Amino acid sequence: MGIRERLSGNEAAAIAMKQINPDVVAAFPITPSTEIPQYFSSFVSNGQVDTEFVAVESEHSAMSACIGAQSAGARAMTATSANGLSLMWEMIYIASSLRLPIVMSLVNRAVSGPLNIHNDHSDAMGVRDAGWIMLFSENNQEAYDNLLMAHRIAEHKDVQLPLMVCQDGFITSHSIENIELLEDDIVKKFVGSYKPEHYLLNDKEPIAVGPLDLQAYLFEHKAQQAIAMKNAKKVIKEVSEEFKKISGRKYEFFEKYKLDDAEMVIVCMNSTAGTTKAAVDELRAQGIKAGLLKVRMFRPFPAEEIAEALKNAKAVAILDKADSLNAAGGALYEDVTSGMFINNVNVPTVNYVYGIGGRDTTVADIKSVYKDLEVIAFEQSKQVDGTKIKVENPYRYLGLRTK
Amino acid sequence: MTENELNPKTPMEDLTIGGNIYTAGNAKEFKTGDWRSTTPKYIPELCKQCGLCFPVCPDDAIPVNKEGKREDFNFDACKGCGVCAKVCPFKAIEME
Repeated sequence: MGIRERLSGNEAAAIAMKQINPDVVAAFPITPSTEIPQYFSSFVSNGQVDTEFVAVESEHSAMSACIGAQSAGARAMTATSANGLSLMWEMIYIASSLRLPIVMSLVNRAVSGPLNIHNDHSDAMGVRDAGWIMLFSENNQEAYDNLLMAHRIAEHKDVQLPLMVCQDGFITSHSIENIELLEDDIVKKFVGSYKPEHYLLNDKEPIAVGPLDLQAYLFEHKAQQAIAMKNAKKVIKEVSEEFKKISGRKYEFFEKYKLDDAEMVIVCMNSTAGTTKAAVDELRAQGIKAGLLKVRMFRPFPAEEIAEALKNAKAVAILDKADSLNAAGGALYEDVTSGMFINNVNVPTVNYVYGIGGRDTTVADIKSVYKDLEVIAFEQSKQVDGTKIKVENPYRYLGLRTK
Repeated sequence: MTENELNPKTPMEDLTIGGNIYTAGNAKEFKTGDWRSTTPKYIPELCKQCGLCFPVCPDDAIPVNKEGKREDFNFDACKGCGVCAKVCPFKAIEME
């Protein structure tokens, strides 16, 4: 069982889609996700999938076509990046509010401008409150695995929400790494077929989708989405446990890497977690208790669980690969710290905005963060009465060129 | 509960997701007359039943009975556009 391969992140995503064999794929090319629909369209041309490939004229149309197809009762998928996602913006909200479990590969890239095609998370952060489930992937293997789990999660009757699987542009999408694929028949059995209860092409039940929803109703329908997002936590857990049985690979809301006894902890997402693991290993060899909390499930956000996992740390750094430009802190930082606050976890925290526009983030950069955390932890240790220190300048940059 | 019975007091747990409507042919239950800007007044004494008004109504808000005669306005549908008053040759419709 298991097929050893060497694939880029984009190839891994395209092969996952081939094995899923969705009814419809509608996509428009944009760097760095272009290869996903490119590879997939060759599968269509070669007759390796049964999918209707819709070569649309824009990303707005790509998402619109997915919405139409999914409403009709089909399983629809797409892929995009950065400005492509920006152009989908209107339809992103339509997809989630119509409760259509569309699955997207989002290959993270900086949203222009100025024009940049390289990796950061500003595209994903722009839609973080749009009602989509968001799973982040450290490498090609996780991008592949998350996609295989995606439909089971999104289509669950207690969820019925669209889902995006994120991976880092170029760093993951264009880097060829080892990967273990599952056999086609195992994937087919695991993913199953899409059987919506209500759909437009059901001639036995003519329905209306997306009617006018004014003051008396929209509030309730939005709250239904929020409940579905809460329900998704349980479903993601169940599907991940089931996935472990067929793959041997364990996925949780977040990965705890040498975290249990860690004093200095970094929280981050996607490929930077790999860099951080290398830094943790080097520091651990020196006897420094460094650890990593890698967020896989960003939406729904596991606020309580993260707070619990961080409660014994002495200092925590949250790394944001997108700047919120709000004079307060990045999106992940705000979510983690508010989760800690409401769960009465008071550990000194600091935020680093890093890697913007594809700026390289090295093991040495990550080690410098752990060094800063040691200083913060030391300051805290001087408080004999246990009073928590106030971290000065908690909204920082990592790898920024300054005078 | 079918969505035909849904109303502004229905709790969120009983509403369909996304506001979807799973039964066909219920548009008539949606009363649109509350958007009406001005209100036509039908004056039967002046009406000659010439039949010019009801074909021009964009909202089908002028009921016609089995004898082919028009009756008073259906204010659940009338928007008060005034087209009927404009075409009436006998001043049997006044806009208020």
